[in-house]
Amino acid sequence: MALTKAEMAEHLFDKFGLNKKDSKDLVEAFFEEIKCCLEAGEQVKLSGFGNFDLRTKKERPGRNPKTGEDIPIKARRVVTFKPGQKLKSRVETAPAVKD
Amino acid sequence: MTKSELIEKLSGEFTQMQARDVELSVKEMLEFMAQTLQKGERIEIRGFGSFSLHYRDARVGRNPKTGESVQLEGKFVPHFKPGKELRDRVDI
Repeated sequence: MALTKAEMAEHLFDKFGLNKKDSKDLVEAFFEEIKCCLEAGEQVKLSGFGNFDLRTKKERPGRNPKTGEDIPIKARRVVTFKPGQKLKSRVETAPAVKD
Repeated sequence: MTKSELIEKLSGEFTQMQARDVELSVKEMLEFMAQTLQKGERIEIRGFGSFSLHYRDARVGRNPKTGESVQLEGKFVPHFKPGKELRDRVDI
């Protein structure tokens, strides 16, 4: 089972005894602030975890795989995640699992 | 934006909470996420994206300084796939 916002809130409640509403709102706001920052075009650096970077891609030729029709892929801005060294070392030997 | 700036922003938003609790909570969220991946489990945050592990096969690498060959073990690396809402909001 994958970790969700609900479980993260539950974890804060268990660990710090925050009230349930604050826990839930804080988890929600945590991801919302990151999204807002990226939306504004600014990189997010979470030391020990990793960086969320933005890349601007130029238009490039693409194709509709179903119809074979040529259609250009428009220029776009995308988010990339670059895990930090600490996170990388921690997951290297993770038990093989379940997607 | 750095982690400490994120903590400051959230403290300003959650004035009913002790700033210290906001700080501990943010750090704990990241720690909990790292632990989840370390266990080989996925993270799925609706509207934000999902984190999973990708396997990299064992390979023969090279020490760039000496040119010497080294056998590298297979390993897992973290992977993030942005969710639809994040993709749409970030696009120009």
